[in-house]
Parts: sequence; structure tokens; C-alpha cells
Amino acid sequence: MNTFLLASDIPLVMPEFGLMIWMLITFVIVLLLLRRYAWKPILKMIKTRETSIEESLRGAEKARDEIKELYANNERIINEARVERDKLIKDSNDAKETIISEAKTKAKTEADRIVTSARETINNEKMAAITELKNQVAALSIEIAEKILKEHLSNDENQKALVNNYVKDINLN
Amino acid sequence: MTTLLLEVPVAGGIAAAGAGLAAIGAGIGIGRIGGSAVESIARQPEALNDIRSNMILAAALVEGAAFFAMVIALMVVLAK
Amino acid sequence: MFQRNFFPTLVFILCLFSANKSFSEDTIPKKPFNAGELILHHVQDAHSWHITGHTSVPLPMIVKTDKGIECFSSSVFWNKEHEPTEIYTSPSSGYDFFLNHEHLKVAKKENGEFVKGEEGYEEDEEATKAAKILDLSMTKNVFSLLFGALIMCWIFLSVAKMYKKRPGQGTKGLQSLIEPLIMFVRDDVAKPSIGKKSDKFLPFLLTVFFFIWINNLLGMIPFMPGGANLTGSVSITMVLALLTFVITMVNTNAHYWRHVFAMPGVPIGVLIILTPIEILGVFIKPFVLMVRLFANITAGHIIALAFFSLIFIFGEMSTGAAFGVSVVSVIFTVFMFFMELLVAFLQAYVFTLLSAMYFGGAVEEGHHAEAHHPETAAAH
Repeated sequence: MNTFLLASDIPLVMPEFGLMIWMLITFVIVLLLLRRYAWKPILKMIKTRETSIEESLRGAEKARDEIKELYANNERIINEARVERDKLIKDSNDAKETIISEAKTKAKTEADRIVTSARETINNEKMAAITELKNQVAALSIEIAEKILKEHLSNDENQKALVNNYVKDINLN
Repeated sequence: MTTLLLEVPVAGGIAAAGAGLAAIGAGIGIGRIGGSAVESIARQPEALNDIRSNMILAAALVEGAAFFAMVIALMVVLAK
Repeated sequence: MFQRNFFPTLVFILCLFSANKSFSEDTIPKKPFNAGELILHHVQDAHSWHITGHTSVPLPMIVKTDKGIECFSSSVFWNKEHEPTEIYTSPSSGYDFFLNHEHLKVAKKENGEFVKGEEGYEEDEEATKAAKILDLSMTKNVFSLLFGALIMCWIFLSVAKMYKKRPGQGTKGLQSLIEPLIMFVRDDVAKPSIGKKSDKFLPFLLTVFFFIWINNLLGMIPFMPGGANLTGSVSITMVLALLTFVITMVNTNAHYWRHVFAMPGVPIGVLIILTPIEILGVFIKPFVLMVRLFANITAGHIIALAFFSLIFIFGEMSTGAAFGVSVVSVIFTVFMFFMELLVAFLQAYVFTLLSAMYFGGAVEEGHHAEAHHPETAAAH
């Protein structure tokens, strides 16, 4: 090749045997040393870490699913409890209402009864009082009438007028 | 570089011209690679990594050819 | 991001600037500033490590000749200004060594005196050939290579330790920087290109990726222990490409060779042309891999240094022009620095990706070939 014919004159593009031997020995030693003590452990560790990361990712996913399930469970339980509570509250409300209304009815009837009986008593008393009053008024009026009559009929003239009056009335009838 | 050229006779001048020609060729080649790569990236931004590594590889190959020319030119200049 | 990194980068650049400045100031009185020489000197491998001005760090030389192995410091070649221009007569082998453009040669001797040419001593080619010199010296690049390897081992072994200490936990510190890159190589490079069998090639791909990336970055540091143009050296990229090639070949299966020698679904006439190309392609692929990395990184260094050299080229005309140009060239160099940061990663990525693709091609299982071409299946 033309290149090499020219190359022999120029040290820059001529490989030097000494340097090549040094390079070969050094490079092979470095290669073997690093392969044994660096690349293999490093690559192994990276691989181990990758798989462990993958596994932990998968584990995290699983845990997340589990948590999700747990949450769903919790939600369900809470919902059930809520329904239960609502039911209880409703029941107790109902019971309260019944009790209150019952008590109300009872109280009302009682009150009615009391009122009625009171009214009866009052009426009775009133009647008694009225009867008494009537009796008294009657007695009083009889007495007054007696007195008036006595006084009125104490003289003759008045007696005559009265008789006349009566007679007149009778005539007229 | 100027003295480099002044010192060597006609062969050196021709060699320098040859190196220049190689540089032009490589420049056109690498320019086309870069242009096409940018176009493809614009068309498919998701393939950025693949395009980039292929672009670098192709550019390195073109550059290698240019360096061949340059080394030969250099050898002509330096040959005694 | 830019603002936070800008100041350290500027300091960096100024360090490089001052180093270059003193270097060129000292060379100016002797000869005019030579940008090409300066750039080549910085981009190439060397037997000693230039720090600044006339200060260099000597590196050990290990040389094998036909008379055995010998070791000595590279400072034996130095003159007073730490330039490798002198001759060293080895006491053990008796050879008269000298460095000719950083290449170890035997000096030519005539009538008991060394022959001196325009660029220092002259080489005795026959003697050099006879000595069978094998230069295994710890050059700048070798030193940088070992430093990079140490850094790599330190980073990844400590990261591995962190993984062991804290299994299954999140990343921390250095781990957080490295892990995305490892994942990137594993998931974006290896897996899409190779498929199921990617685990087998992952250690090589990871090592190559980080080797190239870290050494690219080290090469961008302008002072010792960085600054060597390691990944921009053919020897280095050739070894890397050869390793990719060997691994590909070792792992090829019948499906791969069937595609090379007789592409299924292609008429015979076309096959006559296609098959030689395919066979050539088997070797060209790693060759291109080698050249691409080398050329990219070397070009980056050359361009950055060329911008700097502009200052001194104009400095020889007038001081004012140098100051004016320095503003522009510092801005350009900062820009190049960021480009190179990107290229450092990109080249590591491309080398790894292409290696992975070649591996993928080698181990790919064919499902359709037999059905379409029973005769080619029988041939294998």
C-alpha cells in the first residue's frame, strides 16, 4: 500500500515495537485485573440492585394494592357502621316519638278527666250555691213580702183598695 | 501552519489542498447527517436516543474518512 | 457549567502558554521558530519528558541488543540544555548509541571520530542493523500508559470496593460518576450491538472505553504526568485494534464466514466482486479503527498547538502582532479544548461501539441463510 511506503519515512505514523509491547502487556494486565476485581463485582452488584429494585417496585405495587383493598374494606365497614348508626338513631327517634306521644295522650286524657271532674264539681257546687241562693232569696222574699204585706195591710184604706183592685181584676177577667 | 506551508515545496501545497478538499467533503457529509438527524428527531421525538447514537456513529465514520485524507496529506508534507 | 470551568481552563492554557514561550524564547536566538518542528515534537513520543525551557525529566532506557539487555538513564544523551544530542558509549556492549529523532541508533565512526551531519550525528546503518536494537525504553508514552493504567486500576478497584461495602444501596461519590458510564456501555453500546451474548464481551468493551477516555483526557493535560499523545500514537491504537480483531476472529461462527465468502441471496456474478471486498473488509475494519482514533487525537493536539504557534509566528514579525494574535489564539485554543473534551468521549464511544458491532457480527446467529441457500450451507 502506498500509505506504508510513505509511512516508513515518518515516525508519527510508524508503530513502534517497544511501545506496542508495553501497551499489550499493560492493557492485558489491566483488562484481566479489572475483569476479575472490578467489572465482574460491579456488574453483578448493579444487576443485583436492579433486580432488587424491580422486586421492591413490584412489592410496593403489591403493598399499594393491599392498601387499596384495605381502604375499600375500611370504607365498607365505615359505611356499614354509618348505616347501623342511622338505623339506631332512627329507631331511638321513633321510640322517643312514640313515648312522647303516648305520654302526651295520657297526659291529655288525664288533664281532660281532671278538667271534666273539676267542671262537674264546679257545676255541682254552682248548682248547690244557686239552689241555696234561690232558697235564701225565696225565704227572704217571702219574709219581705210578709213584712210589706203586713205593713201595707195595716190600715183599712189600703185593705179596701186592694180588695177593689182584685175585684176589678176579676171583673175584667 | 503558515510556516508549515512556506517551508515545504509544491508537494506540500498540493497536500494542503487535498486536506482542504477532504475537509469540504467531510463537512458536507456531516452537515447532511446532522440535518437529516434533526429532521427525523422533529418527526419522531420519541426515537431521539436511537437517532442520536446513529448520527454520532455515521458522523464518526465520515470523519474517519476525512482523517484518512488528512493523515495522507500530513505524510506527504512531512515525508523527507 | 462553562463559567465554572472557564477559569481553571484559562490557567491551564496559560501554563501551556508559558511553557511554550520559554521554550521558543530559548530557541529563537539559534534558529527561527519552526512551528512544524514544535508541533511534531509535542505530538511524538520521546525518551525524556520536557517540562519547561531547558528542564527535562530523564526516563529509564531499556535496550536489548545482540549483546544482551542494558538499562541506563536517557539523560546520558543530553547536552547542557537537556537536548538529546550526545553520544553514549555503552560500557557493557560497547555500542556508540545516539538518538536520531528519538530513535536509538549506532553512530557512524570514521577515523576514530563520529561523523556529524546537518542534524547531529550520522547513523551507521550496518552497525545498527547488526546490533538488532530492540528499544523497550520507558518512553514518555510508556510512562503515561503506566500512569493511566494505575489511575484506571485505582478508580475501578475503589469503585468495586464501594459496591462491596454498600451492597444494594444507591451510588455515592465516584460511584455516581462511573455507574452511568458503565450502564451506558452495557445498555447503549454492548446490548444493542451484540445482543444476548453481550455479557461475555463487556469486560473488554468497558476496559477499552475507559482506557481510551481516560488517556484522551490525560493527554489534554498540558504538563507532566499528562500531555503525552498516548491515544494519538499508532502503536497504542494498533494494539487496541489488533485486540478487537483477535477477539472478533476467535468468536466468529459459520454464519459470519458464510456472509464473508458467499453472501446469501446474492447472485454468483456479484459474489465474484463482493467476496474479495468482504474479505478485505475483515482486515480493513480494525485498520480503520486504528487510524480513526490515532488521527482524531493527533489532529486535536496538532490544531491546538498550531493555534498557539500562531502567536510565535507573528511574534517573529512584531511583538504587537503577537499580543494581538495571542488573544485570538487563546480563545480558539479554549474552544478547541472544549471540542477535544467532547472528542475524547466521542472517540472512546465510537471505538467501543464499533468494536461491539464487529463482535456482534461475529457471534450473530443466522436463521435465514440455510433456507435461502441450501448449496452454500452444504459447502460449509
